[in-house]
This record gives sequence, C-alpha cells and structure tokens, in this order.
Amino acid sequence: MSSLHLTLAVNSVAMGGLLFLLSSGFSLIFGLMRIPNLMHGSFFMLGAYIGFSMIGKGMWFWAAAIGGGIAMALLGGLIERLLLRRLAGQTLPQVLLTLGFSFMIADICLMIWTGDPFQPPTPAHLRGAWIVGDMVFPIYRLVMVLVAVVIAALLWLLVDKTRIGAMIRAGVDDPEIARAVGIKVSQLFTLIFCLGAGLAGFAGVIGAPFLSIYPGLDAEMLPLALIIVILGGSGSLLGAFVGSFIIGFLFNFGQAMFPNLAYVILFLPMVLILVLRPQGLFGKLGS
Amino acid sequence: MNMLSLRNIGIGLGLLFLATLPLWMQHPYYINTSSQILYWAIIALGLNVLVGYAGLTSLGHAGLFAITGYTVALLVDAGFGHLTAAIAAIALTLAATAVFAVLALRATGIGFLMITLALGQIVWGIAYRWVDLTNGDNGVNLKVRPMPFGIDLSSPSAFYWATFIAFVVALVAMQLFVRSPFGATVRGTRDQPRRMNALGFNVWLIQFLAFLFSGFWCAIGGLLYIYYNQFVAPPVAGLQSSAEVLLMVISGGTGTLLGPIAGAAIVIIIKNVVSAWIERWNLVLGLIFVIIISFMPDGLVPGIRRLWRTMRGTDAAEAAAARASAKLASGQTDAKEKGGVQ
Repeated sequence: MSSLHLTLAVNSVAMGGLLFLLSSGFSLIFGLMRIPNLMHGSFFMLGAYIGFSMIGKGMWFWAAAIGGGIAMALLGGLIERLLLRRLAGQTLPQVLLTLGFSFMIADICLMIWTGDPFQPPTPAHLRGAWIVGDMVFPIYRLVMVLVAVVIAALLWLLVDKTRIGAMIRAGVDDPEIARAVGIKVSQLFTLIFCLGAGLAGFAGVIGAPFLSIYPGLDAEMLPLALIIVILGGSGSLLGAFVGSFIIGFLFNFGQAMFPNLAYVILFLPMVLILVLRPQGLFGKLGS
Repeated sequence: MNMLSLRNIGIGLGLLFLATLPLWMQHPYYINTSSQILYWAIIALGLNVLVGYAGLTSLGHAGLFAITGYTVALLVDAGFGHLTAAIAAIALTLAATAVFAVLALRATGIGFLMITLALGQIVWGIAYRWVDLTNGDNGVNLKVRPMPFGIDLSSPSAFYWATFIAFVVALVAMQLFVRSPFGATVRGTRDQPRRMNALGFNVWLIQFLAFLFSGFWCAIGGLLYIYYNQFVAPPVAGLQSSAEVLLMVISGGTGTLLGPIAGAAIVIIIKNVVSAWIERWNLVLGLIFVIIISFMPDGLVPGIRRLWRTMRGTDAAEAAAARASAKLASGQTDAKEKGGVQ
C-alpha cells in the first residue's frame, strides 16, 4: 500500500467515524419519528461554530465539544417541543418546518461568523503522528475514530440493553401499540431529538479541525446523512455504522481519484440500494 | 354555477391585466420582475402536478430545470444553434426526469422526498465539482437570447410577452390536465392508491407519467430561466432553489390551478423587495416557511376561497354541509384503512 493510499484510508476511517456521529442521530430520529430532520446538517455546522467560539474564549477542547453538543440538544429540544409537537402526525409539514429552520440557522451563522471559512487548529495535546514502521497515523484522526467507536458502543448499550432502549425499539416498531401499553412515546420523541441534535453538534466540533467550518457545510453534510440512512436502513444503528464507513471511503477515495465526479460516486451506492433493496442494508421490510 | 363564472371572469381579467402589463407599467424593473414571476410560475405549476395532484413532494426539482439551463448554455457556447440547444435541453431534462422518477418512485411519502433531495444534490454536485464541463462555481454565460421567428427578445417587454405566451400555454395545459381522465387517475393514485390498483390501474405508471409531465414544464421554465438570466451557476440546482419552488406551491395552495401562480408572485416579490433592503433573504425565506406551515398549512388560495365564501354569507349552511360530508369521507377513509390493515 502506497503512502497516499494509507493516508486516504486513515482519512476515510476518520471520516466514517465522524459521519457515524452525524447519521446515528439522524437515523434514530427518522426511525422513531418518521421525520427526516433536515436541520441535521445545520446542527452540525452551528455546533461547530459555537464550539470554536468557546475554544476561542479559552475553553478546553473536549469541554467545548460537549458544550457545542449540549447547545444543539437544547435548541433541538426547544424546536421539537414548541413547534414540531404542534404538527404531530403531519409528517410533511414537520419536514418542511425543519427545512425552514435550516435556512434560518444558515443565515444566522453567516451573520454572526461571516462568510470566511476558518480552519480551527488541532488541539495541542492531539497533534503529531503515531509512527509504525514507515506508516504514519496522525493522532487526531485516530482519536476521532476512537470517539466514534466509544459513542457507537454507548448507543448500542442504550438501545439494546436498557429499559429506555427497549421503549425506543418498541416505538420504532409500532408507535401505536407502544402507546397503548403505556410507553410515553412523545417524551421519547423529545429525548431522541435532543440526543440526535446533540450528537450532530458534538460531531461538528470534533470534525472542525478535519473539515474546517464554512458556510454551506450544513448543506454538504445533510445529504451525506440522508444517503447513509437510505443505505443502512432507517432506525438501524448498525446500518448507520456500516453506511458511514462506506461513504467515508467513497468520499475520500472518490475525491482523490475522480475529483470531477466525486459527488456522483458518493450517490452511486444509494442508487444501487434503491434498486436492489429499497429498505436499506439493515432495514426492516415494509417500513 | 355563479361561483364558476365569477372565477372565469376573474381569470379573464387577470390574463388581460398580464397581457397588457408592459403597456402601462413602463419601468423595465417591474416588467422584468413580472417576467420572473411568470417563468417561476410555470416551474411551480410543473411541481404542483407532483406535489398537489399526485401527492408526491419533490425536493429535487431544481436539479431538473438546472439541467435545462446548463444544456442550453453549454450547447450554445459550443456553437450549436438555439433551436438545437433548446430541443436537446428538453430531451435531456426529460431523460433525467425519467431517471429521477424510476429511483424516487421506489418509495412514497417521506422516502420519495429524501430520494429526490439526494438526486437534486447530485446535479448540484456535478454543476459545482465537474469544473471541466460546467465551469464550476463561475457558472456559464449565454451570450445572446434566441430570436424565435426573427423576433428580437432583448428588450424587457418583448421578453415579457414571450414568457407570457409560454405561461398561457402552460396554464391551458394544466387546466386540460386537471380536467382530463389522466388528471383524475393521478388524483386517484394520490387519494386511494390501493383502490386504484385494485381497479386495474397501474399506479406506478401513472405516477411515472405525472413525474414526466411535471419535468416537462420544469424544462420549459428552465429554458425561460436561462434566456432571461443569460447565466446559470451551481446554486440554481441546489436545495434552496428547490425549496423556493416548493414554497411557491405550498404558500399558494397545493392542488389548485391558481395557487402556484399566486405563490410564485408572492415569493418573487418578497425576494426582490427583501434583497433590495437587506441581505437576509435566507432568514426571511425560512421564516415564511415556518409561519406558513404553522399557521396557514393549506396555503393562500384555499384560505382566501374560504374567506370569500364566508364573506358572501350565502353558505354558512353550505359550509356546514361541506364540513359534514368531509367528516363523513374521512370517517370512511379511516374505516377503509382499518379494513386494509386486517
């Protein structure tokens, strides 16, 4: 393996981890609430901006990342409680509401942080590389993957091993029966929405030294979350995990090898899945 | 019956108003704004075929009319004649529409929306990243407007009248579509896909044809777009562009003939007015979306129609009857849905 390919592979895995943080929340929200949350890219971008304003004020990197996540969880929770809730059951208006908010958030970011892109530095304690033989692994990339894997494990524990997780799975499978047996599905909605928004905001801060922050970042991340969920199947964490790494690899290798068509290559697996297996790799039939 | 003739007189007066507009509205700025409203109205009418009549909400339509615009600009730039370019652009847009339709119709409802969004973003990605073909972020210029039958379209009023003619043709085509048996089957697949299937209709094929019809009018609107602006760049294909057209359809009222036209007028006027004063068009666009969806979900035209009925006062009783029958119909639907599940 040449060093170019190694670099690309490391970047792909790091990107895959980042995409998992983004798309797992998207997938849970979509699986439970049947809403593709078109604000998801906006949460990613706004979280990144807020996190780096915090770092600019001297805050510790990880505290800022969690801060960006919490800020987005609060914002998501507010929008869900105050507005989406009023449109319960009307999926299309709910989607369009999230679309309206995505435009507002994009414009507010432009207003506050201007149109200049900026690349936050990698936090000092995570700089440098880990060298094995003649292979070089930048530490920050490895940390991103590690964080994603830890969060994937925590999410898996939450969904598969806890009482709340059982309620979430029941809500995804059959919201009406879940309500009938006494599960407060609407509270779960808020919880999941906050969780998803928070993860997206957290991912934004973690990803910023890697991707940099610029206007339009939201509109680039949202379609990635969409295709990952179409690929993996809605509401499936495993699907989001596998889909994220597929897209992570296509994103980096596509851009390096076919820069003109990188974007088209990204969407090819989605097209294939739609033709061959419309419910997604790990989706359930009939959903 | 009275209501119907009143409506026809209203439409007649409206068309007369539009046909004579450049004669009494001298300022080129207003004439140009009116041209913009009319070609956007054609695109919105096209999207309404899907959103309103077929019940399929697309967020990828900008990709379609952007393909028309890019094809014309690139072919003319490469030395082809305007007629060839226009025909090739329409053909290519229809082919792209067919691809969109085949993929997006794998799903309905929200899945349909997500797939169209993703497909629209592919077109945006090509426009933005395939620099050798599309000149990337710098866009492509169209040096001259075409001269159909030797008529020069470079003045604002000449272009306005050409757009107006296309608009009237689109309006008549929509009216014919809505009244036709095909229009009825499209609405049928929207309201009762299972029953339509049981009655022997090919639901997929009907939706596919509706998508093509919708794409055709996007192509016509896209032609006028490129002739008007003489420039096309990646943002035209983006999600925001699709969302603006969808906002036209929804704000005016989906599934009505006049709704998308009113919506196009509202969105374009607000956009031009807002852009003249502040840079925050996106913020305003988002706010309008949120307000309309939260407070006026059925759009302006149905809202005004309701207001009109109440003001005429004739039909407190009639309205009550309509409500009762609507309730009955929805009750039946519920019963049917339950029957379907068992």
